[in-house]
Amino acid sequence: MTRKKRRLTMLGLALLGLGTATALALTAFQDNIVFFYSPSQLQTQQVGDRNFRLGGLVEEGSVHKQPDGVTTAFRVTDTAHTVDVSYRGQLPDLFREGQGVVAEGRMANGVFVAREVLAKHDEKYMPPEVSEALKQAGVYKNPAESETKTAKKE
Amino acid sequence: MHRFANPARFLRLSAALLPWCAGATVILMILGLWLSLFGSPPDYQQGETVRIMYIHVPAAWMSLFVYTNMAVAAAVGLVWKHPLADLFAKAAAPIGAGFTFVCLVTGSLWGAPMWGTWWVWDARLTSVLILFFLYLGYMALVNAFDDPQRGMKAGNVLLLVGIVNVPIIKFSVDWWNTLHQPASVMRMGGPSIDPSMLAPLLAMAGAFTAYFLSVVFLRLRTEINQRKIQTLRLSAAADGTRG
Repeated sequence: MTRKKRRLTMLGLALLGLGTATALALTAFQDNIVFFYSPSQLQTQQVGDRNFRLGGLVEEGSVHKQPDGVTTAFRVTDTAHTVDVSYRGQLPDLFREGQGVVAEGRMANGVFVAREVLAKHDEKYMPPEVSEALKQAGVYKNPAESETKTAKKE
Repeated sequence: MHRFANPARFLRLSAALLPWCAGATVILMILGLWLSLFGSPPDYQQGETVRIMYIHVPAAWMSLFVYTNMAVAAAVGLVWKHPLADLFAKAAAPIGAGFTFVCLVTGSLWGAPMWGTWWVWDARLTSVLILFFLYLGYMALVNAFDDPQRGMKAGNVLLLVGIVNVPIIKFSVDWWNTLHQPASVMRMGGPSIDPSMLAPLLAMAGAFTAYFLSVVFLRLRTEINQRKIQTLRLSAAADGTRG
């Protein structure tokens, strides 16, 4: 009986140690695990001209096709700060105003020049009719607007 | 013979449960597939692509569920030396690896049109890939020893070390910003998924669970019977030499 108890204690201690070590390691690597920076984080992060990812919502009414037909200019916002983005190439299906995006590229003259733009999907799933009905009832607007609303409330 | 006292009880119990689990798998799978493909609406943003989720999400749940069960079995095997616990982990591993593989592949197929990429190294995707390697590593390790008992012990230790990855997978989308969306069903404040889309998801999750139970029972029964045959052969050989 005592041997079983000793094994159980050993196991518990080992798992506790392992858990603590993992938690410490993950906390230490916090900055490297984030997939992208938000426009607000960019204000404090020193990025220089190395490659990084920028994530946020595509600002309403900011998307403009350039005259050359392949370049798109838009602004990425987290409602507190905004960054100008320019991207040359094809955009994913889910790219639209008010939708989340993650863009990879670097800063050049205050503009974020993206090499790749990925659409970020949110956790909401609903049929088109429900989305229509919610919009009409004014309960649900697109993510950008609703987030501004909650931000104001706070 | 007392070594097989518990396995014998398990053989009787699993023989009674197996037809029910197999039946539930068939019924829930038919119901789930019908709901996923015909009985649910397209999404307001993703359109028909949303249907990939009905395979992807249950597979992801199962990959975590199976691993957690294996890790609990590993702890029981290490502390109480229960022979059935070791065998359970060994029997469940390929099924869990299969679920993880399905989760990774369907996620990639969804990501290509929706995100615009097959794969990114964000926290969620990377931690699930690590889970897949843990399954493969466990299977390789268990079979790498001449003495099966030692192989089981090494495998159990690996399973318990790997358990730290399970909460990392679950909360990766909350702790760090990732390309993968946060949880829609098991989250604070209730599901953010329409009931018409939750129904096929839950039916498929039920089907996958019943499938797992059926296959793990079958694999465990086979393993126990193999051990029995081996024991009988050994004792027959011992009797033979004694003459």
